[in-house]
Amino acid sequence: MVLRSKRPLAPNKKPKQFVWGILQQIFAPLCGIASILILWHLMSLTPDTSLPSPFEVISNTWGLIVDPFFNKGGLNKGFFWLILASLKRVMFGYLIAVLIGIPIGFLISLNRFLREAIDPVIQLLRPVAPLAWLPLAQAIFLKPNPSAIFVITITAIWPIILNTALGVKMVPKDYTNVSKILELSFFENFYKVLIPATLPYIFTGLRIAIGLSWLAVVAAEMLLSDDGLGFFIVNAYNNSNISEIILAIIYLGIVGLILDKIMSYIAFKVTPQE
Amino acid sequence: MQNFVTIHGINKEYPAPNGERNVILKDIYLEIKQGDFVSLIGHSGCGKSTLLNMIAGMEKPSSGYVEVDGTRVKRPGAERMMVFQNYSLLPWLSAWDNVALAVDKVLSHKPKVERDRIVAAHLEMVGLKDAARKKPGQLSGGMKQRVALARALAIKPKLLLLDEPFGALDALTRKTLQAELMDICNQAHITTIMVTHDVDEALLLSDRVVMLNNGPAATIGQILDVPFGRSRIPSEIVDHPLYHDLRHELLNFLHHQQQAQYKEVEKMPILKSAA
Repeated sequence: MVLRSKRPLAPNKKPKQFVWGILQQIFAPLCGIASILILWHLMSLTPDTSLPSPFEVISNTWGLIVDPFFNKGGLNKGFFWLILASLKRVMFGYLIAVLIGIPIGFLISLNRFLREAIDPVIQLLRPVAPLAWLPLAQAIFLKPNPSAIFVITITAIWPIILNTALGVKMVPKDYTNVSKILELSFFENFYKVLIPATLPYIFTGLRIAIGLSWLAVVAAEMLLSDDGLGFFIVNAYNNSNISEIILAIIYLGIVGLILDKIMSYIAFKVTPQE
Repeated sequence: MQNFVTIHGINKEYPAPNGERNVILKDIYLEIKQGDFVSLIGHSGCGKSTLLNMIAGMEKPSSGYVEVDGTRVKRPGAERMMVFQNYSLLPWLSAWDNVALAVDKVLSHKPKVERDRIVAAHLEMVGLKDAARKKPGQLSGGMKQRVALARALAIKPKLLLLDEPFGALDALTRKTLQAELMDICNQAHITTIMVTHDVDEALLLSDRVVMLNNGPAATIGQILDVPFGRSRIPSEIVDHPLYHDLRHELLNFLHHQQQAQYKEVEKMPILKSAA
């Protein structure tokens, strides 16, 4: 493909050039995805495999793809409702993790005693796999929803705490010097210097945490719940409906990607631009 | 008060990891009159910035004290405002907001209109009226340092402390800012202490140049009076009959310090085996 013009897209370009520009940008990603699809198709052609080809998946699940909003009650729902159920759990668990995690992150970086007290707890609990918390959560909360939300919170909270604390540590001494010379009070220093300086690090933690939350919710739902994408996958497996599993996986990936992009956009808007 | 700033018997040492003491500064005595401009000059690492930090109150001396306008210096404060080598501007605030941060905090007893007027006036004084809304990332090094200067001067400190303020700038910008700083100091008559490496800068701006010996245990080696009077024209000052001699003396001093340091380094293996 010969490129006529290497200038970036401009909104006032002629329509033909505009479309051409977009095609240039998506060409490489399309190649990547097409290669995966081709590989998948080839693998599905091997004899004695239960892996359906991409076309089979689409034709088997066409009803689900075309109408995501149906609700025939009980377990029989369209993908929109399944995704919504999973997202609701993520939002709860994630919000709790944010509301607890950011203050803890600040506390352990500003107060030496608290840091030395809480750090061993973090180091001990962080390596525990999210799913390992599930039986304990279920035993305590007894109901699937709170247990799933607990698992999401305990997964998401560590990157939030650690990145917030790192952000405070990374505040350049220059800013602290200015704060000292101007004799800013603790709160003035906190709001005017500390928070703007640590915001990029906090958002790194938030982005990592939303990804982990999405991972955790599906796993929790696979074991516990009666709705959501995770449950759908387990149900499809029990009915030997591989095509539905594959479709659910594709939806999982897409929603995860969208969540990350949303987080990234919020970070861009909120973080002070330098 | 005859002496506005009194530096009395300052010593600074740190405990070294091997149990011994690292003596940075030893027995520093200096007196500065109000309105004077004093430069501290010396080789890198001789302790000039440490001394400046102690005058500011950012560090505590191991013994001795600093008095400014009759009060002992115990902690940092806006009346001993510093301009740092790397500007120390908050990058998420515009130039205006950076200056306003200082003005709103230090001059909070004044009404908002008055404070805004002060911020505007000082930004204009350093020639940044049009760039006031820009963030530091959009400003050149020289402009950033001008903002830092505006911020320092806007709060009318008793003592202005400059830590190699133009060290990070290219030679041309340095010359321009030196001339601007000279004009500002002439008009404002603020007592100023500046740390610098640049001999010409010291001669252009100061009333006295204090030369520090090399560390460890740096002391004041020599104090030079610069008798040029206050209104100096940078391009003509080099033609003054005394300029060359003073410059020569400063460079000589620094040169000897460097020689002494090399001799110290050569002596060290001998000392170790004797111990």
